Amino acid sequence: MAPFANLNTTWFALIGLLWAGYLFLEGFDFGVSIVAPVVSRDDTDKRLCLNAIGPVWDGNEVWLLTAGGATFAAFPLWYARLFNGFYLALFLILVFLIARGVSFEFRNKVDDLRWRRAWDWVNFLGSFVPALVWGVAFTDLVHGIPLSPGGRYYGGLPGLLHPIAILGGLASLTLFSLHGLVFLSLKTSGDLASRARRLALPVGSAAVATLAGTVAWVASAGRPAVVGQLTGAVPLALGVVAVVAVAAGTALVIAERDGWAFASTGLAVLASMGAVWSRMFPAVFPASTHAANGLTIAAAASQHNTLVVMTVVAAIFVPFVLLYQGWTYWVFRKRLTRPPEARTSVPAAGAGGPSPRSHDGDGAGSGALTGGRPTTRHA
Amino acid sequence: MQLALARWEFAVVTVFHFFFVPVTIGLAFLVATMETLALRKQDAEWERLSRFFGRMFLINIAVGVVTGITLEFQFGLNWSAYSIFVGNIFGAPLAIEALLAFFMESTFIGLWVFGRDRLSPRLHLATIWMVSLGTVLSALFILAANSWMQHPVGYKLVGGKAVLTNFWAILGNPVLWGAFSHTVLAAFATAGALMLGISAWRVRRKDASPEEKSAFLKGARFSAAFTCVTTLLVAVAGDMQARLMDTYQPMKMAAAEALYHTAHGASFSLITIGNLKQKPVFQIRVPHLLSLIANLSWNGTVQGIDNLQAADVAKYGKGSYIPVIPLTYWSFRIMVGSGILMILLSAWGIWAARRRASGQLEGTGAIWFTRAAMWGMVLPFVANSFGWIFTEAGRQPWVVWGLMLTAKGVSSLTVADIALTLGGFVVIYTVLGVIDAWLMVRASRRPLDQVYAAGPAEGAGTEGEVPGLIY
Repeated sequence: MAPFANLNTTWFALIGLLWAGYLFLEGFDFGVSIVAPVVSRDDTDKRLCLNAIGPVWDGNEVWLLTAGGATFAAFPLWYARLFNGFYLALFLILVFLIARGVSFEFRNKVDDLRWRRAWDWVNFLGSFVPALVWGVAFTDLVHGIPLSPGGRYYGGLPGLLHPIAILGGLASLTLFSLHGLVFLSLKTSGDLASRARRLALPVGSAAVATLAGTVAWVASAGRPAVVGQLTGAVPLALGVVAVVAVAAGTALVIAERDGWAFASTGLAVLASMGAVWSRMFPAVFPASTHAANGLTIAAAASQHNTLVVMTVVAAIFVPFVLLYQGWTYWVFRKRLTRPPEARTSVPAAGAGGPSPRSHDGDGAGSGALTGGRPTTRHA
Repeated sequence: MQLALARWEFAVVTVFHFFFVPVTIGLAFLVATMETLALRKQDAEWERLSRFFGRMFLINIAVGVVTGITLEFQFGLNWSAYSIFVGNIFGAPLAIEALLAFFMESTFIGLWVFGRDRLSPRLHLATIWMVSLGTVLSALFILAANSWMQHPVGYKLVGGKAVLTNFWAILGNPVLWGAFSHTVLAAFATAGALMLGISAWRVRRKDASPEEKSAFLKGARFSAAFTCVTTLLVAVAGDMQARLMDTYQPMKMAAAEALYHTAHGASFSLITIGNLKQKPVFQIRVPHLLSLIANLSWNGTVQGIDNLQAADVAKYGKGSYIPVIPLTYWSFRIMVGSGILMILLSAWGIWAARRRASGQLEGTGAIWFTRAAMWGMVLPFVANSFGWIFTEAGRQPWVVWGLMLTAKGVSSLTVADIALTLGGFVVIYTVLGVIDAWLMVRASRRPLDQVYAAGPAEGAGTEGEVPGLIY
């Protein structure tokens, strides 16, 4: 049995934290993008949604890159097997993340409603598909993958679409959608926030049902035992915590306790990832065929020197990252309010005459509220 | 077949990504510099220019960031055998790049874009400098990883894998510092040439107001000097790299020259028409120059391809250790040639924009200069791309010099899998490239923002609790 606390397991846990952090953060910005078409009545609402996550979504996504980089460095074999094995699934996620990434920036660059609608679709799909596929992939990981004796996965994309994994995908999709609704309730005001709140009940119910179903199914399905694995009670308990937190988050957002609701849905994401990680341990790529086909932490890990370097670098720099990323959330802590209709344009500060900025809808880098609309300048 | 497709895919996704990277690194620095000048001199023209080019910076970095994610996935997707072999070493700089650089860039960009009316001007300025620092750190760590592939250091082989013995050796790799200075300076020069081309065009544009002319003339003067200095420094760094290459990768040096036989006091071939190996139809050569470049001596020895190949066979066993010579020979010349043209062009720019007071580019040649500067915007992209094509193609057949052949690094995948992703990337990247170029052209035509002081944006503070909707 592998020693419980060593650099290998520390890095296994740290990478789990990076993934959990990624899904906690990007989870709500995916969610906002997914629910935006439903809760928005017009282009201004849509813009409020996007601007609620605007300053932070890119930083959130870097958690994914850090998790990927850390996996490469600390567990090269895991990184190689995972990316080689889940080839098309990860390609799919990548394509949609690329499309989503540019949609934020491109959307506001041309003042044309059709252009904006097109990028809104891209933004929606770019969030919807990864939100679904991450759940599929992680459920496959906990459920076990049909690995060959060499530890390779040859099943392709269809092999990952086991019913249990699809249920897990629906669970992550609905959970992130709820997380996004709660974030919108927290960060916007007025009708938009009320509509987000009203939508919380159906979305939250669906999230409770799918997540509870996934937890129960994974717990009962069983998997070839791996030497040194944790008792099934640990992941099950974390899974139950997640389900309860989703239910609590739904109730709290309806009761307009937005801060607590966000803490609850966040906890649900973290507890779900805790369940995934504790269920995998000590495997990183568990097999559904024979335990020996799976890949364990010890077999996948880098040598001591690499892990020491990584530990030192992480110990020094992670606090800084948390500090300045936290500061961003502090700077943009205020709720967004819908600009009064009469003030859809910027007062031309200090000078009369039309501002040349009405040239197109590009408001980037200016404090402008005009952005998307043909400016109606009031005297 | 898998190998060929995987190599094409890597070529496509890296070359495309690297159209955007230098612009991002360079423009972040230039915009930060302009914003600093605006604040320190309370100069509205610099403020307007910084916003104008800041907008282009944002269009660019959006594509740069998303195409960068592809690369982090690419190693595992198509090169998993390589990933397993180098992961102990290659993974660390990649993870550190994400932790130190990507977080910094993305977080502070959010603050810079959305924080203009929320942060004090000084703090706002600090955020763009943090973005710039992030882009440079990113270059440092990814080049640390690449330099290790060119010249592996600080490792030992254990159980068929490269294992880290000394992390400082990886950061102290001489190849890294050559490549880092060359690449970052080239990125600065890229943004400089872009700014020069656009500024010169805007000064000459018929409907330009005197106000705009004056601002863009300022931009042209500044960017011409900036481009000239940085491109000269790129050449200095490149010259340093040549000697490192002669020491650590002699085959690449010989391939750059298509020098088949070891020579003393070797001449440098400027251009060759005809077969590179047999007797060429036409050639221009500069005597002794290659020896000077390679080892700073008039009659120094430069090893030839055939001699090196024989030595490599003795060392590594049977096989060809020769890169594709026409590719290395010509990409090297295209890179150097584009760089020289950039120096000439920017020097011309300094001359043409020498008189501030006239409010105009000088002389009858100004129209020709403007045209040249506009076409000259292509040069850095050509130089950057062929520079990397030379560096990476010149390392072949090795993926890690002397340790692992590229052919051994590929994932176990079906041809259909790789063809699908390759086709997917080509389509998506073409669409992205077209949209990006179109948006850049639009952005370059925009009038300058009205600002009345170098202070916060117009309208700032007037909206009370309502922050700006940027997206």
